[in-house]
Amino acid sequence: MKDAATRDAYGQTLVDIGDNTDIVVLDSGVSDSTRTKKFGQAFPDRFFNMGIAEADMVCTAAGLATTGKIPFATSFACFLLGRTMDQVLVSVAYSNTNVKLVGTHCGLAVGEDGPSAQMIVDIAYTRAIPNMIVVQPADWVETVQATKALVAHEGPAYFRLGRPKVKAIFDESYKFEIGKGRVVKEGSDLVIFATGSMVQESLVAMENLAKENINVTLVNISTLKPIDRDIIIEQVQKHGALITAEDHNIIGGLGDAVGEVLLENQIAVPFGRVAVKDQFAETGTGPQLYEKYGLSHNHIAQAVKDTLNKK
Amino acid sequence: MTNASLDIAGLEKKALELRRLALKIIFEAGSGHPGGSLSATDLMTALFFGGILKYDPKNPKDPKRDRFLLSKGHASGIHYSVLAQAGFIAESDLADYRKINSKWFLSGHSTPKTPGVEIASGSLGQGLSVAHGIALGTRLQGFDSKVYVILGDGEIQEGQIWEAAMSAAKFKTNNLYAIVDFNKVAQDNITKDLKDIEPIEAKWEAFGWDVQRIDGHNMTEIMQVLEKPAHAEKPRVIIADTIKGKGVSFMEGQTAWHGVAPSKEDYEKALKELE
Repeated sequence: MKDAATRDAYGQTLVDIGDNTDIVVLDSGVSDSTRTKKFGQAFPDRFFNMGIAEADMVCTAAGLATTGKIPFATSFACFLLGRTMDQVLVSVAYSNTNVKLVGTHCGLAVGEDGPSAQMIVDIAYTRAIPNMIVVQPADWVETVQATKALVAHEGPAYFRLGRPKVKAIFDESYKFEIGKGRVVKEGSDLVIFATGSMVQESLVAMENLAKENINVTLVNISTLKPIDRDIIIEQVQKHGALITAEDHNIIGGLGDAVGEVLLENQIAVPFGRVAVKDQFAETGTGPQLYEKYGLSHNHIAQAVKDTLNKK
Repeated sequence: MTNASLDIAGLEKKALELRRLALKIIFEAGSGHPGGSLSATDLMTALFFGGILKYDPKNPKDPKRDRFLLSKGHASGIHYSVLAQAGFIAESDLADYRKINSKWFLSGHSTPKTPGVEIASGSLGQGLSVAHGIALGTRLQGFDSKVYVILGDGEIQEGQIWEAAMSAAKFKTNNLYAIVDFNKVAQDNITKDLKDIEPIEAKWEAFGWDVQRIDGHNMTEIMQVLEKPAHAEKPRVIIADTIKGKGVSFMEGQTAWHGVAPSKEDYEKALKELE
């Protein structure tokens, strides 16, 4: 376990498991930033840098998959999906090719490059695609295991990774499983469902809340589709109040996914959502943007209190 | 693996038979794309029945097979007809074409659920990239498979075609063969007026491809170009000059016959011309 960006864990894991000759990696001209470059250096025959051509990359990956390869098609999340909705739908999802779409630099966390680089609609988009699973790991250990799990999973997947360093959350005893949420820390007053960088943010919020004698449970939802219905129902019934936290637009992300489960199960309890409020942000550092656009640990703590007040 | 190999006269006869079959299933479905099916018929006949493609209809996923992709997927009428005659599906299954609950999913545009189909089609511009990925994959596997993909002339207006063209040149993917069914007519307009793709040979040459140009309805020319050994390092594009609706006088060169099924009267008239 270590403090590092999930993109770093991904890049290192590809190298570590690269002896598996089924694995091929594609990039679209940003391999230094996505960290696939290391794989390219270690296994040049199985690395395809397609240049700045995401549509071509995604379809080339689909072709490779039909020959039994396991392609990891990697780019910045904004371009990987933003430029390839049609290619992902037809050549990957509808064709059901075993392509792993890996989008790094997700969310407002990307920072100064501004809203055109801050991908905040990718969970909404990928969750809506038949045959697609959607995974966002929270730290180094989970990314390593999730990368390996995606190799073993037969079928299209979207893997959402971040640019900035995140704190280690899990130790080596952690076992990632596609489709399973995990309790990170147990409390009693309310449950937080968080994903990606917001797991770390939630832990900071929980430390501060504890000083005010507010003790909440934190559940890491790293598989956004298929969502872990059991843990959502169980934890919400246990606590009677919840919030969700994600670095993604408030429409179509974790909050909606959790809300659907609650509605379908006739569970009506106080429910707060921490997410980007259906707006484009601006330039600034990741932490500055989290503060200004409502994603920081302060906002999580406030959302917990507001939600508890409705209990 | 099957390597059905007809002589030129046999191929010409087969092409006529396939044209009739494609029109039949479009007529029976009541919708479809006759023009682009008829322009591509001779090319596909040569590939499947001239001993060019290695395939085994009993084992359609044989990893050592050659691949065929119809990127201009709206010409599914001829694609399914060829797959049926090649033995991938029964000819009687073609009655399902464009119908609900189709046994082999014979949708208006193909899906890999159909035996012999490699990838879904229907969104133009994707097939060359997919074919390139397959060619890279078979090369990694150490097989000598060739990958053929038919593109429409209107289709190469899609930018992704040129992304893929650059990629295949970069990776020296010389087991990749693109065939442009240059029938000069798209849905809206004649291709030249819609957006001119000429000078087409110079474009592909500039992108690093080995360029061949043939009459796409002359079976001897088609076979000669398909039998040419691969280029030492370049991917190959075959510009096949064709006629939209080839073989049916009143359909030839007509935008109107891009995406409509013939009436009973027109169908019967067409069959007479295709005897």
